[in-house]
Amino acid sequence: MIRMTLLASAAMLVANVALAAGTHPVTGEPLADDQSFAYSLLDQFPTLDPQLNEETSGSHIISQLFEGLVRQDADGNLIPGVATEWSSPDNTVWTFKLRPEAKWSNGEPVTAKDFVYAVRRAADPATASPYAWYIELSSITGGADVVAGKAAPDTLGVEAVDDHTLKFTLTQPLPFFPAMTTYATFSPVHQATIEKFGAEWTKPENMVSNGAYTLKEIAVNEYFKLVKNPEYWDAANVIITDITGYIVNDRNQSLARYEAGEFDMMDDLPAGTYPELKAKYPDQTHSTPRLCSYYYAINFTDSGNPALKDVRVRKALSYMLNRQVIVDQVLKGGQAPAFNFTHAATAGFEMPTIDYSTWTQEERMTKAKELMAEAGFGPDKPLDLNLIYNTSDSHKAIATVAAQMWKPLGVNVTLNNYEWQSYLEIRGAQNFDLARSAWCGDYNEASTFLDLLTTTHGSNDGKYSNAEVDELMTASRKMANPNEAYTRVEQILADEMAIIPVYHYTQNFMLDPKIKNWPMNNVENNWYIRDIYRVAN
Amino acid sequence: MRATLTDASALATAPRGRSLWGDARRRFFRNRAAMVGLVALVLIAAFAAIGPFVAPWGYEEIDWSVLGSIQTMGRPSVATGHWFGTDALGRDLFARTVQGTQISLMVGIVGALIAVFVGTLYGAVAGYFGGRVDNVMMRIVDVLMSIPYMFVLILLLVVFGRSILMLFIGIGLISWLEMARIARGQTLALKGKEFVEAAVATGVHPFRIILRHIVPNLLGVIIVYATLLVPSMIIYESFISFLGLGVQEPLTSWGALINDGSAEMRNGTIWQLLFPLGFFVVGLFAFFFIGDGLRDALDPKDR
Amino acid sequence: MTTFILRRLLVAIPVLLLLIVATFVLMYAAPGSPFASERGITPFVLANLEREYGLDQPFIVQIWIYVTNIVTRFDFGPSFVYRDQDVNDLIAQGFPVTLVYGAWSFVVAVTVGGLLGIVAAIRQNTWLDYLAVGVSIGAQVLPNFVLAPILVLIFTLWLGWLPGGGWQGGQWQYVVLPVIALSTSFMASIARIARASMLEVLSSNFIRTARAKGLPQHRIILHHALKPALLPVISYLGPAFVGMITGSVVIDIYFSTGGIGQFFVASALNRDYGVMMGITVLLGALTILFNLLVDVAYAWIDPKIRY
Repeated sequence: MIRMTLLASAAMLVANVALAAGTHPVTGEPLADDQSFAYSLLDQFPTLDPQLNEETSGSHIISQLFEGLVRQDADGNLIPGVATEWSSPDNTVWTFKLRPEAKWSNGEPVTAKDFVYAVRRAADPATASPYAWYIELSSITGGADVVAGKAAPDTLGVEAVDDHTLKFTLTQPLPFFPAMTTYATFSPVHQATIEKFGAEWTKPENMVSNGAYTLKEIAVNEYFKLVKNPEYWDAANVIITDITGYIVNDRNQSLARYEAGEFDMMDDLPAGTYPELKAKYPDQTHSTPRLCSYYYAINFTDSGNPALKDVRVRKALSYMLNRQVIVDQVLKGGQAPAFNFTHAATAGFEMPTIDYSTWTQEERMTKAKELMAEAGFGPDKPLDLNLIYNTSDSHKAIATVAAQMWKPLGVNVTLNNYEWQSYLEIRGAQNFDLARSAWCGDYNEASTFLDLLTTTHGSNDGKYSNAEVDELMTASRKMANPNEAYTRVEQILADEMAIIPVYHYTQNFMLDPKIKNWPMNNVENNWYIRDIYRVAN
Repeated sequence: MRATLTDASALATAPRGRSLWGDARRRFFRNRAAMVGLVALVLIAAFAAIGPFVAPWGYEEIDWSVLGSIQTMGRPSVATGHWFGTDALGRDLFARTVQGTQISLMVGIVGALIAVFVGTLYGAVAGYFGGRVDNVMMRIVDVLMSIPYMFVLILLLVVFGRSILMLFIGIGLISWLEMARIARGQTLALKGKEFVEAAVATGVHPFRIILRHIVPNLLGVIIVYATLLVPSMIIYESFISFLGLGVQEPLTSWGALINDGSAEMRNGTIWQLLFPLGFFVVGLFAFFFIGDGLRDALDPKDR
Repeated sequence: MTTFILRRLLVAIPVLLLLIVATFVLMYAAPGSPFASERGITPFVLANLEREYGLDQPFIVQIWIYVTNIVTRFDFGPSFVYRDQDVNDLIAQGFPVTLVYGAWSFVVAVTVGGLLGIVAAIRQNTWLDYLAVGVSIGAQVLPNFVLAPILVLIFTLWLGWLPGGGWQGGQWQYVVLPVIALSTSFMASIARIARASMLEVLSSNFIRTARAKGLPQHRIILHHALKPALLPVISYLGPAFVGMITGSVVIDIYFSTGGIGQFFVASALNRDYGVMMGITVLLGALTILFNLLVDVAYAWIDPKIRY
């Protein structure tokens, strides 16, 4: 039986203490009079509807506007959101207790029914949510049938036991189910508002939300504004009063505007600029681990080059790739060279000792040339490979450098760059030999990575397939300590060189030093503005 | 820069005769701006042609000793053999500028040739047959002219995939409309001339008349128009490169190099912008000056 | 004249229909779908989305529905990517922005460029002429994707005079840099054209006659030379307009102005069929309208042209 109780966090202790004018209630730091926060985003977010959202920039805003069952603290640990406690006897039936004081921005109470409505809405084919599959992934009973239109949404395994008790029934044990509910898809939504306004409900004048902030204004492709929600149950502890996000499509331009003082935060720094920025603004430039892995997928199907079916060729390609040069001299943002798939910072993950990660680059290169010669290729009998990547300066840089690194093996790489939508189609149809790929964890657990290389996973675009990996990943769900299985899977992947790992991401960003309490150790890059504050000079 | 193209139609009044080309040549060589343009263009062409043989580095070769510290090690220097410095990945900028010049000139010239070829034939046919044929054909041109051409080009590159061939066809095919209009106007004027009427009277096939008698007499306009079209083509290509839809790496073009260089503008590697931009500006102006010079030379109206 | 305008407007209807059909065909031929996602969308989810947007209907039916919605309700349908907005919303928000900075750029390019060219022609071979020609040479071919970041570098980062982007309802500080970045190359082109044509007019016989009659210089220029000298400039306005539409893409990307130029490219890349169609139709209609205006202006200035 797993039982998690309410954390007596510092934030709760101060709930009773009225905010002393001008100083932070816990740390006593002098606070700035102007508690606004501005940041820049690369692209216009497609939607603020929690159930329709499918990408990061939108989900960041949704997590300010809506509060889910649980959320994360600065280190990525789960902390109470609307739910105060949650438990499961067997990891299959999960019960969440909701706080009675939670309110919508129109003053109505937030109840378990709001969550039931939201989950059903996400799965309902009538909603046509591109993220409906997330309900399937979370293993809620009936999820697959509802998404396919074979069963009514009310047959889903989610029910409101009473106004403040929510129960989920899953098809299989899922120890990390509560972590999955942090994602926007599980955010509650206000049924009456949606039924009244239909698709117009996300307009600033219509939206009703239950988070620390409400939506004030949207100017498409330019900016959006959020303001503090006075009805929020913990409004007394929310310090930042105004949030503005500016959409800037060009990263260099964004950086110039950050330097001119227009933003307090910008992430996704232009490739290679980190060291100069760090030297120039040591207290503003940050690099923190980010739960994503960058790799080249290898096409195992018949449309790929047949030479890639030879493990020696795959190993030679991987050994020959000088990852240290890529992270230190091309990306320069503190990224870690990767010899395995699961990001090293993943919670509980035990990294196996992967043999070639301990060799020197010279040893790897010597071995690569031997293997390639054994496989029958070399400078006089070249191997032609087609490498695809999507439009981005850093993908282009890495692909260009990799192609030159492989040249001494007698490998001639043709680079093919496609814009994102074409790229997805071409990669999904296995029209490549090597494909630049990356995967970000949906939750902080190794299976979010390793599941991808099971035979039936929708994003396994190289179509790698290994029966033992499939078995281990299925079995891991029921294990008390699945990390042994994960370590074993990583070992198999390395022995067979199922993918060519390149590097593990970092989050590189600029942050005004006056902004305090930014979650530097949240590897999933989840941030809640309600936790941060601005100090006076 | 487009208006200068329409000006080419001013040639309609140019009298034709044996001495025309000789006179024109003399006038052209007296035009100082045109001569400067011609010299610049010859130098750029020589750079593109000879460059690969003199460059110590290949255009896709990475100088590993420079990678990672471009600001200091990748500066233009005779000692390292990187005369123009290196790009952000340690590739020799001289070799890449040579390569980019080849591609840009090729896109400009081939694109202009396609536009001129299609436009001239189309316009000459419409003008020669006149009447309903002319009406329908020119209405089609009007229709096509109201299409946002850049959008079509983007769609074509997305639909058929990015390739240099698609770039030629796409850029060429959206630029022939103006040429068709000019060629038609000229043909209308030529149609009434005695030599055409004589050919018609002796029963020569209409298409033969168009190819043998009409088109050669359009040559002056065509040359002027084509010269002025080349820089427009190069500018289109640079815009397409800016959108990330240009030629595939490791190939490059002026537009792609400028775009990369301007992204690095603030990182202390300004040579990455200045060298390609210099070639771009000089190259385009060489074409403008030559085009203007040719127009003045072929247009005997004394200024 | 009126019948000419009416006829041109009538022709515009089949032209726009043709444009819709052609864009539809190209869109269908393009690989990828607006709903593709790195997260490997499942077939059922995809089917739900396609049903929602009517993509499960036959091709002809889709075009029919699209056109009837425009004709009967002026409804350009939903955006396939921006789920919170429909195409009418997006255009209603973005188009006024593009219109404001586009119109200013146009005015600046024509007045400054025209004046510069005319003054250079009148003062031919003086330092003023050389300066004007020199400036316009560089400015004409400087790509605006180079000019825009340079402007931000100077005016935002070094001098701190102007914001580096945004629109904020079109307050003047936010309009200045986009207008400079967009108008410069057109201004330079217009200056070159105006100078060349002014020189030509000034050397023509009727001006010589006017001079011989002893008319003062300013009278000759204002009353006799200006109108004919502007004809080539006017015929350049059509291409300049199309060029500015293209240029607005760069402006929106660099200055985050929120205009429709950015959608113009992004919708094609995202396969946002709804927005792509809406913008194509809008820009097509605008181009037709603008070319008509140019022709009318041309006829008004040049008495030799009769329709």
